[in-house]
Amino acid sequence: MVDPGGGAVCNGTLHNQSDHCHRKNCTRNGMVKEAQQNGNSNFYKPIVESFEEAPLHVMVFTYLGYGIGTLFGYLRDFLRNWGLEKCNAAIEREEQKDFVPLYQSFENFYTRNLYMRIRDNWNRPICSAPGPLFDVMERVSDDYNWTFRFTGRIIKDVINMGSYNFLGLAAKYDESMKTVKDVLETYGLGVGSTRHEMGTLDKHKELEDLVAKFLNVEAAMVFGMGFATNSMNIPALVGKGCLILSDELNHASLVLGARLSGATIRIFKHNNMQSLEKLLRDAVIYGQPRTRRAWKKILILVEGIYSMEGSIVRLSQIVALKKKYKAYLYVDEAHSIGSVGPTGRGVMEFFAMDPRDIDVFMGTFTKSFGASGGYIAGRKDLVDYLRAHSHSAAYATSMSPPIAEQIIRAMKFIMGLDGTTQGLQRVQQLAENTRYFRQRLSEMGFIIYGNEESPVVPLLLYMPAKVAAFARHLLKRKIGVVVVGFPATPLAEARARFCVSAAHTREMLDAVLEALDEMGDLLHVKYSRNRKSARPELYDETSFELED
Amino acid sequence: MATVAEQWVLVEMVQALYEAPAYHLILEGILILWIIRLLFSKTYKLQERSDLTVKEKEELIEEWQPEPLVPPVSKDHPALNYNIVSGPPSHNIVVNGKECINFASFNFLGLLDNPRLKAAALASLKKYGVGTCGPRGFYGTFDVHLDLEDRLAKFMKTEEAIIYSYGFATIASAIPAYSKRGDIVFVDKAACFAIQKGLQASRSDIKLFNHNDMDDLERLLKEQEIEDQKNPRKARVTRRFIVVEGLYMNTGTICPLPELIDDIDLISANMENSLASIGGFCCGRSFVIDHQRLSGQGYCFSASLPPLLAAAAIEALNIMEENPGIFAVLKEKCKRIHKALQGISGLKVVGESISPAFHLQLEESTGCRERDVKLLQEIVTQCMDRGIALTQARYLEKEEKYLPPPSIRVVVTVEQTEEELEKAATTISKVAQTVLL
Repeated sequence: MVDPGGGAVCNGTLHNQSDHCHRKNCTRNGMVKEAQQNGNSNFYKPIVESFEEAPLHVMVFTYLGYGIGTLFGYLRDFLRNWGLEKCNAAIEREEQKDFVPLYQSFENFYTRNLYMRIRDNWNRPICSAPGPLFDVMERVSDDYNWTFRFTGRIIKDVINMGSYNFLGLAAKYDESMKTVKDVLETYGLGVGSTRHEMGTLDKHKELEDLVAKFLNVEAAMVFGMGFATNSMNIPALVGKGCLILSDELNHASLVLGARLSGATIRIFKHNNMQSLEKLLRDAVIYGQPRTRRAWKKILILVEGIYSMEGSIVRLSQIVALKKKYKAYLYVDEAHSIGSVGPTGRGVMEFFAMDPRDIDVFMGTFTKSFGASGGYIAGRKDLVDYLRAHSHSAAYATSMSPPIAEQIIRAMKFIMGLDGTTQGLQRVQQLAENTRYFRQRLSEMGFIIYGNEESPVVPLLLYMPAKVAAFARHLLKRKIGVVVVGFPATPLAEARARFCVSAAHTREMLDAVLEALDEMGDLLHVKYSRNRKSARPELYDETSFELED
Repeated sequence: MATVAEQWVLVEMVQALYEAPAYHLILEGILILWIIRLLFSKTYKLQERSDLTVKEKEELIEEWQPEPLVPPVSKDHPALNYNIVSGPPSHNIVVNGKECINFASFNFLGLLDNPRLKAAALASLKKYGVGTCGPRGFYGTFDVHLDLEDRLAKFMKTEEAIIYSYGFATIASAIPAYSKRGDIVFVDKAACFAIQKGLQASRSDIKLFNHNDMDDLERLLKEQEIEDQKNPRKARVTRRFIVVEGLYMNTGTICPLPELIDDIDLISANMENSLASIGGFCCGRSFVIDHQRLSGQGYCFSASLPPLLAAAAIEALNIMEENPGIFAVLKEKCKRIHKALQGISGLKVVGESISPAFHLQLEESTGCRERDVKLLQEIVTQCMDRGIALTQARYLEKEEKYLPPPSIRVVVTVEQTEEELEKAATTISKVAQTVLL
């Protein structure tokens, strides 16, 4: 039996053709190359993902840094408790001082003592559209980040490497957005009712038909918020007596939806097919714990692109597993819709799979379409069921009409229904920008995580102080980056995360890369030991004729 | 000295061995052999009996059939035949092709088609585009958001406010940010679904008290006090919260706030009704609200509110502050229609006389919820034919803890004129008479 994952399936277990190195691809240095077939069995596309480990001294210094920060934290807490230092945080009311404290003091230890020192790198307010260039409001703190004040100056034309603007559709108003303006003037903004009551507008129906066409599925349903799409629909699909197999690094909305559903949750290691298969086998063979009854259904929750790692789900392998063990697959394409695939249709197109293989397509409109909201698409009976039983349809206000119109406009643009090929060009431009950016960064010697083709690029910094220095210095050079630390990432793996956009020109990317090069040397963050040379690899050549 | 003692002991032992009676030696020998056997025998393994062979496992995998992902939905489920509104859902609404007066959308202050709101949103659209492309922490904070939070805090006379991009998510994220496993929450039985989901996500102990019944709440609090005295160490780390709604959506009643408490810690509200925008906000003291900026899930992990909606909300606040007289006008209209709808045979009005969203329930239920729903739907459809747009209050019947009885939702807005209110009252009255008799 041929397995579209480059391995042979024998007796029900997936054997990868290469050696044991493969299974530990997440913990060893180096690159992972896997051959992957699509249905045609004539076309091989290598998937290249890397998660290089840092040198040992870096990890030691990182933990040391946290240790020193913690010690100082205890010292400062002590001084604050005894009144030797002014306490700048808000405190409880006098009358409520004898109540049980509202917050665990340890829960806030990290916030008070570590996050507070570097918190000027987050929540930076902007005052223009989040396009490839934006304006950041300058703010300073007089009391070490406890409070901020705005100086009134605006830092103009900062290069935006932080916003999720993959296709460059988030921009100031221009004539192409005329339909949005018209809809705003006709329909207004609010809806004031739920989908079940008086809140279904003809705009919603138009949008849903278009989404179904875009994804090449039977039907779709849209919701006003992407986070709520997950947290309110997973409980409608599964309940007690069902099993959810969720990836280790799934987003908070998927985790919340899974918890609210009441089903049993089991977690498999990130993108690790052996771990998933083991869980599936155990679930089908042994059934529910203690009672040994069969599970009612099994739902696998994965994401298209994982935003903190930049990795792409191994869709073909998961579909093979799902078919063998008769599980259902739910793919959250929040970051991958519109940004991967030859025409921007997401991971399904990236892996050239049949839309009927994935049971539930979920995605958001925030990232590639420059609007807000989410959708769930799939077979008609699934969508009909959700129309009747989704928590959001019964209790939450429906999507605002101008937002719906913006999504309609963006989708038509990408699909080419507006009569131009600009949409397709943008998708291709994004792919080109992504490859260029990633290639240059790994040539410089940074540790970059994730798949070669994913437009989300995490650059590892490890030490909390470097994280802060990185973001501050780059803002001084008029580049806006996003840095992430604990608790969104593991404690010792703080990183900067770049989002490449189709609207970035080559000059902008070069400016950023130059600044990053200098930053890397200044802060000594070029940890990679696998520097790729700029010359092409000879063994990919098909002929070795000398060029004369 | 030691070696002599050792030698002496050894000699004694050997001598004892020679002098021991035979049966003693045999017994000791048997015991030693038994110990050796126990040490080396295998432990009793339970799974040996249930270890499946590989073939059996493959058979199980082949045979297992899961339930279908979704059960089939009947074709005439009301959600599949929903009302489609063509055009804006404002005062004059076109539902399913019929022109009606809108008594179903929560447009209390009539701001859904206010030109000032649209102009403010348009200005924001021109400057910022539509989406924010990021959560609040990652360049998704616009100056419009900060303005809106300031204005809301001032309007509600609190220290700080925080906005969410979805009304439902506001309270459903706020509750689990403060109340964790092991804490106790006292909540009203008629609380809306969003509060129920927030409580479920928080995994706290939930104690329900009868709707608007302060004596019941007091009884529960006293019981809790007795529990605390039994276990003071646990009581010292258990936080207690009370959650009530200002105006209950499910019953149209108002909570008796003065009896309850003298100062509120957290107010959570929805911008989707009066403010004719989208989203919600929480306000209160900085000490309380600031915590949500890092632990409110719907705030940290979700994209921020599109700026055009925030700008519209600011303009709505402006309008509300400029003519505070509309609130009195709304109150008058509520009282009027409340009075006009009393005395319809077969239907009773549920809700306070000053509540702009109240329910009409059947006076006597037929005994079966489905038949009740069908009757009410008939009334709603006929009213719509006559130009009054109404809707039934919709719930997810299997998910609610205390399912309210089926009812028609009536919403009063400032834009409805006296004639329209009269017309609505007479239409409902006539239709109810024909349908229910």
